[in-house]
Amino acid sequence: MSKDNQILEEFTSKEYEHGWSVNYEADEAPIGLNEDIIKWISAKKEEPQWLLDWRLKAFKAWLEMKEPEWANVHYPKIDLQALRYYSAPKQDKKPKNLDEIDPELLQIYERLGISLNEQKRLQGIAVDAVLDSVSVGTTFKDTLSKLGIVFCSFSEAVQEHPELIKKYLGSVVPMTDNYYAALNSAVFSDGSFCYIPSGVRCPMELSTYFRINAANTGQFERTLIVAEDDSYVSYLEGCTAPQRDENQLHAAVVEIYAAKNAEVKYSTVQNWFPGDKNGKGGIYNFVTKRGICAGDNSKISWTQVETGSAVTWKYPSCILKGDNSVGEFYSVAVTNNYQQADTGTKMIHIGKNTKSRIVSKGISAGHSQNSYRGQVQVMKRATNARNFSQCDSLLMGSKCGAHTFPYIDIQNSTAMVEHEATTSKIGEDQLFYCNQRGISSEDAVALIVNGYAKEVLNQLPMEFAVEAQKLLALTLEGSVG
Amino acid sequence: MLTIKNLHASIEGTPILRGINLEIKAGEVHAIMGPNGSGKSTLASVLAGREEYEVTEGEVIFKGKNLLDLAPEDRAREGVFLAFQYPVEIPGVSSTNFLRTAVNQVREYRGLEPLDAVKFLSTMKEKMKLVEMDQKLLSRSLNEGFSGGEKKRNEIFQMAMLEPTLSILDETDSGLDIDALKIVSNGVNKLKSPETASIVVTHYQRLLDYIIPDFVHVLYNGRIVKSGSKDLALELEEKGYDWIKEEVDTASV
Ligand SMILES: Nc1ncnc2c1ncn2[C@@H]1O[C@H](COP(=O)(O)OP(=O)(O)OP(=O)(O)O)[C@@H](O)[C@H]1O
Ligand SMILES: [Mg+2]
Repeated sequence: MSKDNQILEEFTSKEYEHGWSVNYEADEAPIGLNEDIIKWISAKKEEPQWLLDWRLKAFKAWLEMKEPEWANVHYPKIDLQALRYYSAPKQDKKPKNLDEIDPELLQIYERLGISLNEQKRLQGIAVDAVLDSVSVGTTFKDTLSKLGIVFCSFSEAVQEHPELIKKYLGSVVPMTDNYYAALNSAVFSDGSFCYIPSGVRCPMELSTYFRINAANTGQFERTLIVAEDDSYVSYLEGCTAPQRDENQLHAAVVEIYAAKNAEVKYSTVQNWFPGDKNGKGGIYNFVTKRGICAGDNSKISWTQVETGSAVTWKYPSCILKGDNSVGEFYSVAVTNNYQQADTGTKMIHIGKNTKSRIVSKGISAGHSQNSYRGQVQVMKRATNARNFSQCDSLLMGSKCGAHTFPYIDIQNSTAMVEHEATTSKIGEDQLFYCNQRGISSEDAVALIVNGYAKEVLNQLPMEFAVEAQKLLALTLEGSVG
Repeated sequence: MLTIKNLHASIEGTPILRGINLEIKAGEVHAIMGPNGSGKSTLASVLAGREEYEVTEGEVIFKGKNLLDLAPEDRAREGVFLAFQYPVEIPGVSSTNFLRTAVNQVREYRGLEPLDAVKFLSTMKEKMKLVEMDQKLLSRSLNEGFSGGEKKRNEIFQMAMLEPTLSILDETDSGLDIDALKIVSNGVNKLKSPETASIVVTHYQRLLDYIIPDFVHVLYNGRIVKSGSKDLALELEEKGYDWIKEEVDTASV
């Protein structure tokens, strides 16, 4: 075995760090999926009738839909009747504030390096922690509410701000948008809601941390972010899951609404359990994320670092409806072992002078398959639309694959669309050069990979960027070929 | 410091080095010359530990240790430095970041504390002067878009930062303009000490006017076929390699 292969071998054999699970008493729905289960979930959450009706309508639509097969991913059919659609840690009563949360649950988050204790959180990041199906606590609520910012769990928002939920739920991702979005609309359990009123710049990062703990439970979160005129918010999402032999389904929906002059930055560091090195277990991550730049001069920016999941199917998109609006997509997707990722973005230019920028950096190692799928659509009315896409692939070893599927649809002749793509391998020359300067192969790979992904990592808020760098290093670090 | 005994090495089954013998003592400068393809870079790579080359025979002792047993990074940490004939580019990694990682890993191996940011930057400033390195280059991605001469100068700058005991300069002079040649040679001379030694691979006598060698060796067909003093370089400059090739070829018949 050559040294390069050895290095790759070492990286691929690295264990997933967050693979532990905790036993706690849970409130669970019976296994299976039908109208009664949906009613059960809705009742559990004491939802208003209109929301139950909405769920049931989505369910009806879903029954008529087919699982999509166009993505470049292969996995055994998921038996959706064998899943549980709701599991929540049992708490005697609903916690009113953080002090009332079960210490055992807080410990789960401490162990992940996330403190829900406000005093301890010096960096000034407000966190909403979601465990299995429900939000267990949100920090800094009071500080934020003084500015009129709402940041709470989705269920709470349904109770406290029904008019906002009613107005925006499904307005960006219609319930029948696609198979998984429809499923989510029927059974979604919890997630985060965030509302920034006109003229407010949110003074801290808002962050949701998703953790799957229970076995055989699908996780279907719903995130909704509404930024009113002239507002700004930066939102972070982090995810981990325990190591289990069976695959677990995760099908979330994220909707972002940006009004006039509003700016929303959405960053994800996704580290779901990727499966073991033989491809056993892992999360199936089928997510629909979409934002609409509804108002003029608004901006939505997606940044994602995808390192986990056995199968990823995810295309954070922007609908550029307002004139002069801007959409951005920065992505690093790493696949190792037997992971499969089909990810990318859609930029839909509707307004005049709309701009979009796509920077996608794929890194594949082991036997993994990494696909970029991007669509740039310029509608008739969108004069002077601009798009720039840069799609790079980095290969480590010779058993993995990188694929690029760009789709371009232009209906206005004033559009300017540029697409650049490169594929490279981490060279033996680069690795040897680092070694010759005294740098170990592991660190050399980390350096090279982080250098390659720099443009994307630079988009992340500081604390997240550091975490993401470590994660990249941990997930593969070494690549040569 | 370095003893090379009957070193044979091949790549993909083709023998390139066919019995190299060389003894280098602390404080010495050895120049290695020889026609294109004679194996000079191969020798440098084998000493630095490049994987692709298979050592089929012989041994190399460096400061009492069997060099061939060490991983390339450990050879570097022990004090072997190779200034590459063709330095590679690493996109997105600044020279500063790269060097800081390197310097601190080398220091750790040598049992020294890592340099903090302030110390590191001041060391960098000091060493930059040595080769009149432009600060702007160091914030750019390592070697990316550097001119040929800038890459070579950067190699010597890295050498200054890593303080090796044995430096191997593989055609560091090619690509340098006349002024840069002086500056870089000057830098190399300043780094010279009674405890360090250098192997200087070059095609041109001109470099040896600045970096004055104690010995000059001619490599041909994977062997050192002639050794001499500085004068040998002058003789080669004048007469080329044919006469040596003839000597060797006649002798081997
Ligand atoms: N991968 C390879 N397969 C076969 N032969 C190789 C390979 N790599 C190098 N060689 C050969 O090894 C020989 C020695 O090459 P080397 O680079 O050491 O020469 P050099 O003396 O440094 O030459 P120059 O003066 O041109 O730099 C050359 O004939 C070269 O073609
Ligand atoms: Mg050479």
